[in-house]
Amino acid sequence: MKLELRGITKIFGSLVANDHIDLVVEEGEIHALLGENGAGKSTLMNVLYGFYDPDDGEILVDDVPRTFTGPGDAMAAGIGMVHQHFMLVPVFTVAENVALGHEPVKGGGILDLKVARARVREISERFGFDIDPDALIEDLPVGAQQRVEIIKALSRDAQVLILDEPTAVLTPQETDELIEIMRELRAAGTSIVFITHKLREVRAVADRITVIRRGKVVGTASPQSSEKELASAMVGRSVSLGVEKAPAKPSDVRLQVRDLAVTNAAGAKALDSVSFDVAGGEILAIAGVQGNGQTELAEAILGMQPRATGSVRLGGTELVGRSIRQVLDAGVGFVPEDRSKDGIIASFSIEENLILDLHDRAPFAKGPMIDRRVVAENAERQIEQFDVRARSAQDLGSQLSGGNQQKLVLAREMSRPLELFIASQPTRGLDVGSIEFVHKRIVAERDAGTAVIIVSTELDEVLDLADRIAVMYRGQIIGVVPAGTSRDVLGLMMAGLPLAAAQTEAAKHPTHPADAGRPAGTPEVLS
Amino acid sequence: MSVSTDKSLKNPGGPTDDRGALTGEVAPPISWQAPVAYWVVAALTVLVFALGAPTGSETTFSLATSKDFFQLAPLTVPAGPVTIGLGVLVAALAGYATYAAVRRVKVGVWVPVIVGIAFLLAFLVWSGADKGNAIAVPNMLTQGLVFAVPLAFGAMAGLVCERSGIINIAIEGQLLAGAFLAAVVATLVSNPYAGLLAAPLAGAAVAAVLAWFAITYRVDQIIVGVVLNVLVTGLTSFLFSTVLKENSSTLNSPPRLPVIEIPLLSQIPIVGPMLFRQTILVYILFVTIAVLQVMLFRSRWGLRMRAVGEHPKAADTVGIKVNRTRWRNTILGGAIAGLGGASFTIALGLAFGKEMTAGRGFIALAAMILGRWSPRGALLAALLFGLAEALRGTLSIVGSPIPAQFLSMLPYLATIFAVAGLVGRVRAPAAEGIPYTK
Amino acid sequence: MTDRQPGTSTAPGTTKGSEPRDPSGTAEPNRGRTLLRDIAESTGAVVTLAVLAALALAAVLIAAANPEVQRTASYVFARPSDFLTAVWEAVWSAYSSLFRGAVFDPQASTTERMFRPLTETLTASVPLIFAGLGLGIGFRSGLFNIGAQGQVVLGAVVSAYVGFAFQLPALLHVTLAVLGGLMAGALWAGIAGALKARFGANEVIVTIMLNSIAVLLMSYLLSTTAFKRPGSNNPISPMLDESAMFVPLLGDSFRLHAGWLLALAAAVGTWWLMERSTWGFKFRAVGANADAARTAGTSVRAVYVWVMLVAGGLAGLGGVSQVLGTEGVLQEGVAGSIGFDAITVALLGRSRPLGTVLAATLFGALRAGSPLMQTVSGTPIDIVLVVQAVIVLLIAAPPLVRSMFRLPAPGSGSRLAKEVAA
Repeated sequence: MKLELRGITKIFGSLVANDHIDLVVEEGEIHALLGENGAGKSTLMNVLYGFYDPDDGEILVDDVPRTFTGPGDAMAAGIGMVHQHFMLVPVFTVAENVALGHEPVKGGGILDLKVARARVREISERFGFDIDPDALIEDLPVGAQQRVEIIKALSRDAQVLILDEPTAVLTPQETDELIEIMRELRAAGTSIVFITHKLREVRAVADRITVIRRGKVVGTASPQSSEKELASAMVGRSVSLGVEKAPAKPSDVRLQVRDLAVTNAAGAKALDSVSFDVAGGEILAIAGVQGNGQTELAEAILGMQPRATGSVRLGGTELVGRSIRQVLDAGVGFVPEDRSKDGIIASFSIEENLILDLHDRAPFAKGPMIDRRVVAENAERQIEQFDVRARSAQDLGSQLSGGNQQKLVLAREMSRPLELFIASQPTRGLDVGSIEFVHKRIVAERDAGTAVIIVSTELDEVLDLADRIAVMYRGQIIGVVPAGTSRDVLGLMMAGLPLAAAQTEAAKHPTHPADAGRPAGTPEVLS
Repeated sequence: MSVSTDKSLKNPGGPTDDRGALTGEVAPPISWQAPVAYWVVAALTVLVFALGAPTGSETTFSLATSKDFFQLAPLTVPAGPVTIGLGVLVAALAGYATYAAVRRVKVGVWVPVIVGIAFLLAFLVWSGADKGNAIAVPNMLTQGLVFAVPLAFGAMAGLVCERSGIINIAIEGQLLAGAFLAAVVATLVSNPYAGLLAAPLAGAAVAAVLAWFAITYRVDQIIVGVVLNVLVTGLTSFLFSTVLKENSSTLNSPPRLPVIEIPLLSQIPIVGPMLFRQTILVYILFVTIAVLQVMLFRSRWGLRMRAVGEHPKAADTVGIKVNRTRWRNTILGGAIAGLGGASFTIALGLAFGKEMTAGRGFIALAAMILGRWSPRGALLAALLFGLAEALRGTLSIVGSPIPAQFLSMLPYLATIFAVAGLVGRVRAPAAEGIPYTK
Repeated sequence: MTDRQPGTSTAPGTTKGSEPRDPSGTAEPNRGRTLLRDIAESTGAVVTLAVLAALALAAVLIAAANPEVQRTASYVFARPSDFLTAVWEAVWSAYSSLFRGAVFDPQASTTERMFRPLTETLTASVPLIFAGLGLGIGFRSGLFNIGAQGQVVLGAVVSAYVGFAFQLPALLHVTLAVLGGLMAGALWAGIAGALKARFGANEVIVTIMLNSIAVLLMSYLLSTTAFKRPGSNNPISPMLDESAMFVPLLGDSFRLHAGWLLALAAAVGTWWLMERSTWGFKFRAVGANADAARTAGTSVRAVYVWVMLVAGGLAGLGGVSQVLGTEGVLQEGVAGSIGFDAITVALLGRSRPLGTVLAATLFGALRAGSPLMQTVSGTPIDIVLVVQAVIVLLIAAPPLVRSMFRLPAPGSGSRLAKEVAA
């Protein structure tokens, strides 16, 4: 099936999210849509999937113009989509989720789950998925959930499959498996639109590449283009992808974590006996695939995990068992991974957001009163220092772009004298300019002698920033390696191999010959 | 109104990943709340009821009504031994629940049901010990059902709405509107069945306003519900004072729904009259609950409705019209509640009176929560609440050892315990209360 | 988890409308609680129009229920003027008597009596101000407290008990009665706060249930010897001691009492608490985004408990003012529907102290004027409920009011821009 988008335009208020975008996806090709966060890729796909009405332009399926008033129409036309955030009902079984919307029924509208299960099994076997149709979604690991999404699309005879940032939640090995699946699908005649901002994956699998920037198609590229070329096309200027930083000058050990464990609400060990040290003036990066305990680790140090055991000593102070307040007072700065949820209050002004943690302290508080003059002065100073782009300090948090929100969080967290600075996914969803700024600030904090922990699922960010790298897998630290460790070895460790085994394996099967053994900090992929 | 709005509180830090349990070896934490609750009930049964009954005292139950074919003789039991026996039974179940908790096995719904019944029986034996009057069991059960009917209808209404993501606090208003219109229409047409047809329309109309504000204007559902209750109370009271009062014979003297006795079944001792000597409204209730129980969990309609209530966006991506589904189900829910309202007027042949539902809508909401959003569970909870109400009446005849007000508090207390998670976790539909926008 | 909760992470729209923004920030309780945001954005015009529309709707009802109107309607096509006159007279009679009962009565015999209605309005507003302030604090702190009714009841019960059971010097007596009622309301609400903090129990359900329990509890207490008036068979307490009562502000011929000043003081105190104090900052932060507040070191659980204590205390004062200010005795029905009316007051007042005072005064006027309206025009008091409900529904849905009156829509928010970035 051939799919064509002509002049698609989508406007939200004053923002032109898609500006006359043209795109042709031929039958049986993998067409990558490459662009930065916020470039308009997801909007475009949501238009294609019938979620948004385009303000202009048309969609042609096999050269016939079609209008989609909802996802139902798009599916009927043979378009399937695997969303970045899975569209699965957690309390339903696999079969129920796959059946939802086109349920096989017996008389009286009663579901025929036998048919639904058989359909899941049939597709599952065709592609070697190994999915139990009766498993509850909430019990499945992320990779399996993604396969359920693919089954869901295929069970509706999708001929064009849209994959929206599908690798964000996968290990490098799972990513390779997904790429295999994509190739099989292509071989079976399915067209694939592959949305991503990861250059290596694009080059590995795409037949054609369309690059989008600020809502516009800025060009097409072939998979043979170098990553540097693709990156420049994506960002719109030549980018120095690395982070400039001097070698670390670690001082004495500042943070000692010993046998730190966290049991989650379901009773499972989310963090299992983790021990490591961080010195002042060094950056320890915690690498790992999303959901391997990094979040719990950061939160346990901060005192947000009630079921934490073990020891976290900062200087001479034990932090386990302390309240968040006490941990912050001990000199810990924290940038949460989900800034819109945990970092800022959307309906508070910038001024107020800057004193979320300090509002009841001098100089901001005088007894039970908040001194609004001091608050305003502080805001003015921080806005300038951290280059927060806003009309005034009275602007609400929600009026800021993602990058400026993150600068706001950094400004707040760095406005106190710090012993330890922890940042989870500090650049997730940011544009390149903001990423550079955030990275620079983090390195500056390190150079000021603070112990720094960066939690990131982006291997590139880890390689850019780290002085040492701790790899987490299933709640454990599987190894702590020096900054120069190769991407392949790290990838294998992220999949659970200990260092030695990972090195052997990586030497045997260099997955991407071009990348094997590249030194850390080599420019490669954005964000 | 997600019953645990505070996911962040329940799991500080939140289930931070989609991966769920990372390592399979560790079992979930043992939930001690239910066993502890059972042990408390057991202790109460023995300490208060068994030891509290005068030594050698006896309690008499009458088990038949005058219409019964089989006239069971009144049953007289020794209070002490029977309450102790019931206490032991509850203790045994508490022991089983403890064992199950340690083994992390879920116990069936029959455990709390039997515990509840045993506790109730022990309470009755204790209350009736050495009192002159017999406790009329069939009457009490029948009365209990009368009280339970609007609660069960209301709970079904709440359930249908909430399962599709719309919180229905306006059950009270829907019941009241149903009671009002049923009375007026039945009187106008001089036919109770006409009132039965009109009642759901009134409830549906209230629900339509709820849907209109909650879905179209995305107003907070709790507020709309609360305000609608005020509105319906005001409107019906206004119309009552201005129109019905003056013309009560032409507008507000509804005929009564006839009792339809089902042959044979109604002769089953003790429960026969309660279940099978009833008006058509009660039979409609039984059918509604049975149908909902099947349709909710096994039909396409139910699957889509639950999908819309749990993860509307997922439903939307597979072509299910989320807001249309919510509209339909909210109105259906309102119609069910309206039908329940008929039980206040035409089922009993009573005229409509100001605020005659007297907060039953909120108890219905409680029954729904206690029944964990399942029709069967909600029915059980409604019956329990209805029985507690009937018990109050019975005890006022027998002479009650505890104040009637405390018995009336039972549903409310039970619900507070339920939402506090003391009797096991209740899990509301994940997306309820959240307006859906693309 | 955020992935599974659609709508929760969407950034809320920015302030719309022409109204200048409160410099200290417009907090909005809870994600998904679009209502409060909408109210914060609704302009004065919307509120005014909502009130007018509600009165117009009520006028239709009043006219429709009027026998004269019904009679003339039967020949409306023959003589429409009869019908229109009847309609006008029905509505005019109802609303003019409402006004005479609530604001100023030019037909009264003495000047004093002419102004008496206004003081009645203020008197009626006192419990609504107290309870409305409490609910407003809850709404802005992300707590949906439906339980003002129960808190009012408990406040009334305890202050009444202190009032009739003890013999104390005047100032001490009234102080103790006030404090007792305040603490009773606070603790009653505190149950819901503690259950939410400890078990995550939803406060909407718990407070609804606590309302019913409170009423039953009062009914029980009034049947005990401790509370029942000696020699009476009715559930009514002894008269309160004069020393426990609020002093009348305008002499004995008016009912307006010192509780009104206390209510105004409470409004100022609430403003200071929410806008200027560190506590209020925490309350608002938790209401606007509990996760971010927690990450910044605020104990969300403690805030839940404190908010409920403060809110319940204020609602308890509503019960206190009812008993010590106007009733002088405890009996079933002492709380009326204050707790539920207060919800509409807080919503109409947009959870702000000044707005709450104004809204309470408006609803107080409806309460105060409706008895005269009933006597003079035969329009039942119940119409007030309809007016109240319609006002709140309309201000909760500004787009509806705007489309009803063809008002221009406010500038489109930047919320969508956020979605694009996703």
